[in-house]
Amino acid sequence: MIYDVAIIGAGVIGALTARELSRYKLRTVLLEAENDVAMGASKANSGIVHAGFDAVPGTLKANFNVKGAAIMKEFCEELDVPYKNNGSLVVAFCEDEIKTLKELYERGIKNGVPDMELLDREQLLAIEPNIAEEACGALLAKSAGIVCPYELTIAAAENAVANGVELIRNCAVTGIDCSDGVFHLSTTQGEIVSSYVINAAGTHSDEIARMIGDDSVHIKVRSGEYFVLDKAVGNLVSHTVFQCPTELGKGVLVTPTVDGNLLIGPTAAETEDRDNTATTLDGLKAVKTLATKSCKLVSTRNAITSFCGLRAHDTSQDFVLGPSKINEKFINAAGIESPGLSSAPAIAKYLSYLVTNAFDDLEANESFNGKREGIFHFRNATDEERAAAIARNPAYGRIICRCETITEGEIVDAIRAPGGARDVDGVKRRTRAGMGRCQGGFCGSKVVEILARELGVEMNEITKFGKGSRILFDKTK
Amino acid sequence: MLNYDLVVVGGGPAGMAAALKAKECGVEKIIILERAQTLGGILEQCIHTGFGLHYFGEELSGPEYADRFIVEVEKTDIDVKCDTMVLDISECNLVTAVNKIDGFLKIQAKAVVLAMGCRERPRGALEMAGTRASGIMTAGTAQKYVNLDGYMPGKKVVILGSGDIGLIMARRMTLEGAEVKVVCEIMPYSGGLTRNIVQCLDDFGIPLRLSTTVIETHGTQRLEGVTIAKVDDRLQPIPGTEEYIECDTLMLSVGLIPENELTKNVGIAIDRVTNGAVVDEMRQTDHQGIFACGNVLHVHDLVDYVTLESQLAGQGAAEYILGTAPKETVYVNTVTGNGVRYLVPQRVNVKNPNDVKLYFRVGRIFKNARVVLECDGKTISSKKKVKLAPGEMENVVIPADVLAAMDENSSITVRVEE
Repeated sequence: MIYDVAIIGAGVIGALTARELSRYKLRTVLLEAENDVAMGASKANSGIVHAGFDAVPGTLKANFNVKGAAIMKEFCEELDVPYKNNGSLVVAFCEDEIKTLKELYERGIKNGVPDMELLDREQLLAIEPNIAEEACGALLAKSAGIVCPYELTIAAAENAVANGVELIRNCAVTGIDCSDGVFHLSTTQGEIVSSYVINAAGTHSDEIARMIGDDSVHIKVRSGEYFVLDKAVGNLVSHTVFQCPTELGKGVLVTPTVDGNLLIGPTAAETEDRDNTATTLDGLKAVKTLATKSCKLVSTRNAITSFCGLRAHDTSQDFVLGPSKINEKFINAAGIESPGLSSAPAIAKYLSYLVTNAFDDLEANESFNGKREGIFHFRNATDEERAAAIARNPAYGRIICRCETITEGEIVDAIRAPGGARDVDGVKRRTRAGMGRCQGGFCGSKVVEILARELGVEMNEITKFGKGSRILFDKTK
Repeated sequence: MLNYDLVVVGGGPAGMAAALKAKECGVEKIIILERAQTLGGILEQCIHTGFGLHYFGEELSGPEYADRFIVEVEKTDIDVKCDTMVLDISECNLVTAVNKIDGFLKIQAKAVVLAMGCRERPRGALEMAGTRASGIMTAGTAQKYVNLDGYMPGKKVVILGSGDIGLIMARRMTLEGAEVKVVCEIMPYSGGLTRNIVQCLDDFGIPLRLSTTVIETHGTQRLEGVTIAKVDDRLQPIPGTEEYIECDTLMLSVGLIPENELTKNVGIAIDRVTNGAVVDEMRQTDHQGIFACGNVLHVHDLVDYVTLESQLAGQGAAEYILGTAPKETVYVNTVTGNGVRYLVPQRVNVKNPNDVKLYFRVGRIFKNARVVLECDGKTISSKKKVKLAPGEMENVVIPADVLAAMDENSSITVRVEE
């Protein structure tokens, strides 16, 4: 079979683009090298919907950020993903930085960012009383928000699959041949043939581009380390609080997450290894120190976990978006670092436009339903909804994860959903089981048990995140 | 809505002992709510022996110890609902719980005993860098995999933390054929019982490295190794002392935290050292009619003491329900003196007519020291101890006649004299 479109990489760009394409009668396949969607930058970033004042006017970043942020809420509503318009603050700690704020404000105006305001110290402390007292002013951007990046990706992939897209996981692309006019993709799951290819391979997107002889993508991977703090301190700040940006990025932020935790980070360090998400002692120490500059009350004593994400930075400083110069049916979506998440809805629409525009008389997929209903979340439900859910399915009455109050019913739903969870981390990202303060100490083994039962395998075949990450060895003596 | 005299949250050793004692004292309608499928709590996965030496005078395994109480509960008309999770306790003792069979449960109680136990401190709470490979787990999780699920969670093991579960698992993994390379302890002393160090490490030739911690994990899929390092007086890694140890499993036994989310939601005062509720000598919290006992109150070293403490809570709840508690209350706070990290109970009603036993742990190791109880500036007792260690709970008794002579201005202090 020849697919119309093969998307390489099921991160937020690949998944949202697949969903956009599923509005049409196209044979679309979404290829993911890992055991789950959202395994690269999309599972480990700040989760911020930036207002759009950072990027240099006229760049793709500036353009897509503002457009993407404007439609993010609508996307999240359709996909049943939590989104919060909490606003952002860039805080200045000296007179020089006040100047920076003004520059950012001006840039924001040029980029078309709505609802910005420069605040003096008193105005800042009035809306964010826990900010360090050294703060002397801030840029408030009311349009900024927060979203859970992996939930958005999972929801988009799920909705794409529900609308006819084929998702193939553990499918790494190892070579591309296009000598006969169509793309023959060699993959770890055999050959895939497609008329169009969208390269959304994140930190590996330059390698993929080079497979067709396109050397226009130059990825430098930058790592960023974070701490996630307990929900007990999730209210320390209500806005996303940035410090003034530096050469390498937007600096360390302190932000609430849509799930009610507090997130601090990231660092920014260039790294050679494109898949190394190990945290470092120095990196974590740096996050600790830098975050306290914004808010003295932030303490890693409340940390429940730390993580490291990798950004795919292109040396052009901008997104690489559009048809390759080598082959116009090969479309790059590379170098999608911050504000990539904010831009993602707009990028997906653009990529979809590039493909669908090339087809004559393309028909709409009449059965397309863009409305996704996420799994039932017991913890957020009212008592009446809970009672009704348990009456419908008693498994909603059995709590598996105590810290986050996640039921067996939700875990089963997450596994059975289109493109559902296949490993422990997949269940965690879809349900939050194991994301609480005990970090899976109690529920981890129960999740392994449920996964084994649902997937029809032995417990020792269940992995943490696919490949060699199995959890259990042989049976005991 | 259901009505009960007493709701016991948790059916482990603490909950069962409290319920049985309350029944014995004459409370009629009692229900135990347990989140696991069976009664017994964490004892069900503790298949090693060493339980019951104090309470029963014999050496039992965890399940055997639990079974003694399960059998007793079954003989009574105490109701039990397993696979049931308590979601909330309101200020007027309305308990909300959920399970597969009843769905949503609302139970109005006259009194509540909190016996939810504790959980293990996870990796995130530690300053440990590295990858997110599989093979990093708490010792308790590993214990469940081996003893209840029947699977080996690893073959080459490093254990961080010398708490009792870590020590027990060092032996257990060795017996199952795994190689336990080393147990690292960040403190200069072990947090576990001496008998466990001897029986679980020394007897198997497993090295215990004190003042040493794991600073980094390696391996992108399954764990491949860890870097350990010596730490200084401030517990910071000393550069140059790093050492790589190949292993596929890192077990964490780095502390237990009482599970007090329900307690905090009611607004009950929490002791910042024990992480458990502030209680009086009958284990009543500052919220009338709500009692706490066992590891949810403070982490115990031996289950035997959990049983004794829970019987007090059960009796206290019974007296509260039946109206037989001392009519007058005059509270005196207990004060931690030199070397004493915490005291339970944190306050004593001096109108209580009985002896009151104070439990405590020391903050470091003491040799040939004395434990001194001082009331109103007078030394009541001074007991010589060859060794005091943070891993072992100690106790001291305030005699009833001393209490009887006290009033609201009195003082109770326990300290260690070197």
